[in-house]
Amino acid sequence: MTTTLFFQYLFAGITYGSIYGIVAIGFNIIYNATGIINFAQGEFVMLGAMSAISLLQWMPLPLAVALAVLITMVVGGLIEMVFIRWLDNPSVLRMIIITIGLSILIREVALHIWGESIRSLPYFVGNEITALSLGPVRISPQVLWVIFTCAVMVIGLSLFFRVTPVGREMRACSANRTAAVLCGINTRNMVTLSFMLSAGIGALAGCVMSPITYTQYDSGTSLAIKGFTVAILGGLGNSAGAVAAGLLLGIIEAFSVAVVPLAFQDAIAITILLVILFVRPHGIFASGDAARLKEF
Amino acid sequence: MRKLTMKLILGAAALCLSALPVQAGTIKVGAIFAVTGPASFLGAPEAKSAQMVVDEINEKGGINGDTIELIIKDSGANPEKAISFAKQLIEEEKVLAIIGPSTSGESMKIKKIAQQGGTPLISCGAAEVIVNPVASYVFKTPQKDSFAVRKIYAEMKKMGIGKIAVVAGNTGFGKAGKAQLIKIAPEFGIEILAAETYDKKATDLSALVAKLMANKEIQAVVNWSIVPAQAIIAKNMRQAGWQVPLFQSHGFGNIKYVKAAGQAAEGIIFPAGRLLVADSLPDSDPQKKLLMKYKADYEGRYKEEASTFGGHAYDAMTILAAAIEKGGKDRAKVREAIENLRNFPGTGGVFSFSAEDHNGLDIDSFVMLTVKDGKFVLYEGK
Repeated sequence: MTTTLFFQYLFAGITYGSIYGIVAIGFNIIYNATGIINFAQGEFVMLGAMSAISLLQWMPLPLAVALAVLITMVVGGLIEMVFIRWLDNPSVLRMIIITIGLSILIREVALHIWGESIRSLPYFVGNEITALSLGPVRISPQVLWVIFTCAVMVIGLSLFFRVTPVGREMRACSANRTAAVLCGINTRNMVTLSFMLSAGIGALAGCVMSPITYTQYDSGTSLAIKGFTVAILGGLGNSAGAVAAGLLLGIIEAFSVAVVPLAFQDAIAITILLVILFVRPHGIFASGDAARLKEF
Repeated sequence: MRKLTMKLILGAAALCLSALPVQAGTIKVGAIFAVTGPASFLGAPEAKSAQMVVDEINEKGGINGDTIELIIKDSGANPEKAISFAKQLIEEEKVLAIIGPSTSGESMKIKKIAQQGGTPLISCGAAEVIVNPVASYVFKTPQKDSFAVRKIYAEMKKMGIGKIAVVAGNTGFGKAGKAQLIKIAPEFGIEILAAETYDKKATDLSALVAKLMANKEIQAVVNWSIVPAQAIIAKNMRQAGWQVPLFQSHGFGNIKYVKAAGQAAEGIIFPAGRLLVADSLPDSDPQKKLLMKYKADYEGRYKEEASTFGGHAYDAMTILAAAIEKGGKDRAKVREAIENLRNFPGTGGVFSFSAEDHNGLDIDSFVMLTVKDGKFVLYEGK
């Protein structure tokens, strides 16, 4: 393998990897606050991109993206309030079924609003054929946008959870709900907030990746599967772990193309998920002892 | 006197009775299209086009005085639904003929049902197997896959290309196309150096492009799919700075994919029916008048761009109408009339059916197109 080819694969892998990573972060936020997996996370990604594309008719790109993120956050918050908030101590299984149902619901609504056609935001910088030369390899500037957004999110979130009072309350809520209630934290509001936050992050992810991957009413599903794989791989609840695992999976996928036919690319991802679930069910980067204390 | 009145009344009654069959009736025609679901980009324009033809015929007073009643069933591209709709249309509704289904998979499932039910079926599916081997009651309007492949290879020969890479989506269309590409390549002395299949939901193919690009012998790439990856592969190739010609299948004949690929779509070469370049055809072209009319009618009525897919249903319905005009309301006679139709201009080409050829089109029903300034234009060669 030549050096050029090596770096081409590496950058292709980093592109997929950062996308998977951002989706996985969305899973983690809700998991941290509620202990459940929100299977409608992929739909937030789709919703964000689709709203931005529609809004673009009336306003410049940065404003459209910002407004789309806000709209998706509101949708995320409303969904939590309508479908989840009033449930009294629901079981994990029940929550999973509710979120799967929600993902189907959002998808069908999107189908009615935007139809079947594929859409995309314009490239933030340059156009479809613009490429930056980094030494021997060429990559689209949009890839740098994805990587940049991903990095900012991880840093921003870890600061939010460590430094701000609200972030701390959310962490307390996930560590021990009863104790959090005793400390005067409104855990229900924290759950709503976590849905809004993860919807917003999903929407932003959807916007930055839309020029690369395109967006269709059902493009959330496959993203959710990959994002979920990565979230498990990195250890549920661990955002930096999710990004690392995302990059790892992306790079493995990219390099797998060199040795096996492309058709097996997804099989490789799923095989890794299965192996991890058997060997290290708490993920590569998390501690096994901590995982044993969690409900799910 | 009373007797005479009686006779007159009886006579009038008899007259009425004998006049009844002459009065206008209706002809029931069934249609099975994937109006919703994954193949709605085929089924939706097909259903609209068929309805448009029927409305136009009825406004003009129908065929031989009979109006047509079109019964459209939405299969959602589900072969099981297509089967039950076909049975329902044949046995309960007792339709004269069926047009559709939209996809090759569904068409293959109901081929036998139509044949056994003795009901003419004019499919809008692309695969060659629908009419090869021939079932006497089954016809199809879209051009055959193998014509598209031959057209591409012939163009490559002209350009002096001999070594290529083939990539295809993992849908029925992609798989069938890939098999045809591999089968026909030796006839043209073309060597396939790499053949890859990607998932129909693929969102980025830059790793694949890097792999193919490393093989310096590859002179051109052929992509065969109907999914968004058609635009993605174009983007990834140009971003990587790979300038070899990119050929696509006739599935690229949808301006939405050109818009999605933007700058990267420029210079893509693909075979398609003449509908996409109707304006730039010479006036002597036998299809031109019809294509312009279809385009104007469709775009005027539905406020969306006409596609070759809707054209397949337009052809199916106009062929059926012409056959009913000749064969009347008898299924066997309608079948015979379709088979004897010669030099019938449609959107897909000029149809000439025979007992052996139930597609009726030849390789010239395709022309090579390219993308220039975001529009489809005839490919003139280099």
